Amino acid sequence: MDDTLLLDAIERYRNGEMSPQEIIFFEELRKNNPDIDQLAAEHNFFLGELNKFSEIKAYRHNLNEVENKLITEGTISHKKANRKAKIIYLWNRYRRTIAVAACIAGLVSISTATIVSMYSATKKKEVIMPLVDHKLNQVENRLNQLETKLNDASTQAKTEAAPKFEANFRATGFLADGDGYIITNAHVVDNAKNIIVENKKGEQFYARPVYADKTTDLAILKITDTSFKKVVNLPYTFPKTSAELGEHIFTLGYPREEVVYGEGYLSAKSGYYGDTTSYQISISVNPGNSGAPVINKNGDIIGIISSKETNADGVVFAIKSKNIYTALKDLKDDSIRLPLVNSLKGLDRVHQIQKLEDFVYMVKGN
Amino acid sequence: MNIYEKEQALLAGLAANETNAIETIYRENFTTIQAFIVKNNGYPEDARDIFQEAMIVLFEKAKLKSFVLSCQLKTYLYSICRRLWLKKLQQESRYYPAFELTNEAVPVDEEIDAHEKLNANFNLMEQALNKIGEPCKSILDAYYIQKKSMPEIAETFGYTNADNAKTQKYKCLVRLKKIFFAQYKNVE
Repeated sequence: MDDTLLLDAIERYRNGEMSPQEIIFFEELRKNNPDIDQLAAEHNFFLGELNKFSEIKAYRHNLNEVENKLITEGTISHKKANRKAKIIYLWNRYRRTIAVAACIAGLVSISTATIVSMYSATKKKEVIMPLVDHKLNQVENRLNQLETKLNDASTQAKTEAAPKFEANFRATGFLADGDGYIITNAHVVDNAKNIIVENKKGEQFYARPVYADKTTDLAILKITDTSFKKVVNLPYTFPKTSAELGEHIFTLGYPREEVVYGEGYLSAKSGYYGDTTSYQISISVNPGNSGAPVINKNGDIIGIISSKETNADGVVFAIKSKNIYTALKDLKDDSIRLPLVNSLKGLDRVHQIQKLEDFVYMVKGN
Repeated sequence: MNIYEKEQALLAGLAANETNAIETIYRENFTTIQAFIVKNNGYPEDARDIFQEAMIVLFEKAKLKSFVLSCQLKTYLYSICRRLWLKKLQQESRYYPAFELTNEAVPVDEEIDAHEKLNANFNLMEQALNKIGEPCKSILDAYYIQKKSMPEIAETFGYTNADNAKTQKYKCLVRLKKIFFAQYKNVE
């Protein structure tokens, strides 16, 4: 109770609510009683703080009122200006960083681009080798000439029909349509002036490319020779679905003047540097195998051999068969009809090859 | 009325917490301050905060009878805002601005120091008030901040008479004081 009375006295003294007599009494009390004086001083200070607090609170209230009024009026920036200012703010805040970052980014991208393009261009050329045989050696050529001469001597009339020219490359192709459409690689027929295709029996026909896509490396040739007779019952089909890892595959191709069999397995579902349009297969191939069919155990042609990695053993890339469908779509030629019936399924390998041989062609040209 | 007299009148109005005076000062100065702050890595919201702080500094000064402006009001306000903003940037360690250090600024160190102390005490009081709980907070608020009379408070809070309310108020005040000084001493 005493404390309360004292506090009340201090407050009344402070607020000037005391009568003169009370003031004298109170001042006497403080003078003679240090404890009370201490308490009074402390309380006075505290009341001062409390008073300041309430003053500032009231003042802040007024400041906010004025601010709100001006915001409503539009004198002080409202939301719309805010957004604009935010951009200015961000720009001001980060402009140096942005400038530096942009410079570095620019330099880095330019240099990386340069390095990458230089490196990859050279690397690709060195590492990936198309499997076209450009070194048709002279011995072979001479042999050919001798053969032809021999043929000439024996059957003079027939040789007139066979086209005669010196080929400077050799690759492989296979029939996609009995009407004389042959699938091979785009790089095979790239820059070729004349193309001839030759079947197992040694019959040669002139052909011209009707489609070539350098990105997928797929080309379609059309036999133009009138002596070509329509072939029926193509024994294989072209699956649209992706082949499975580890599938056993085989191929028939012309790395030599004679058809060569090779077998291997599917090692990856993507090709060089993750190229999803091709497979990586493990198989022994040589120049001349370009354009050879990659066939699974059922006799479906799952791909077309295109290139191999030179610094690794058995790393060969084959274009996926479904690209053939894309090519046909691009070609907008309804006359090409891919075979729909597979007659190789269930046969043993030797018989499969026997049936296949007739449809795999050597592609030569200059 | 010349500029000096006009500004003294404004300060007097400010000391009395008159809305008109506040509004006039806002209208004449806020845009400049906002431009300055936005230019120096601030948002418009920052400008509003800083300007309010500066207005409180000015308020504290205006209340002192001895205070006389040594320069134009706008220069004074600009100087205060500039210092407050610089301090805030340093505290938040935002990207350090390229201030033009001599540009039209008057020394305001004393004001800033005093303002910081004032702010600290203001926050202490606010925290203490939040800690004492009800009904103490409301009673003290009604008496010391809203300046209501004791009979009025007795009625609002349901006390039978003003004396009982007064006793309660003092009890609350003692508690508030205790909390305030406990923290105050910690800060000191």
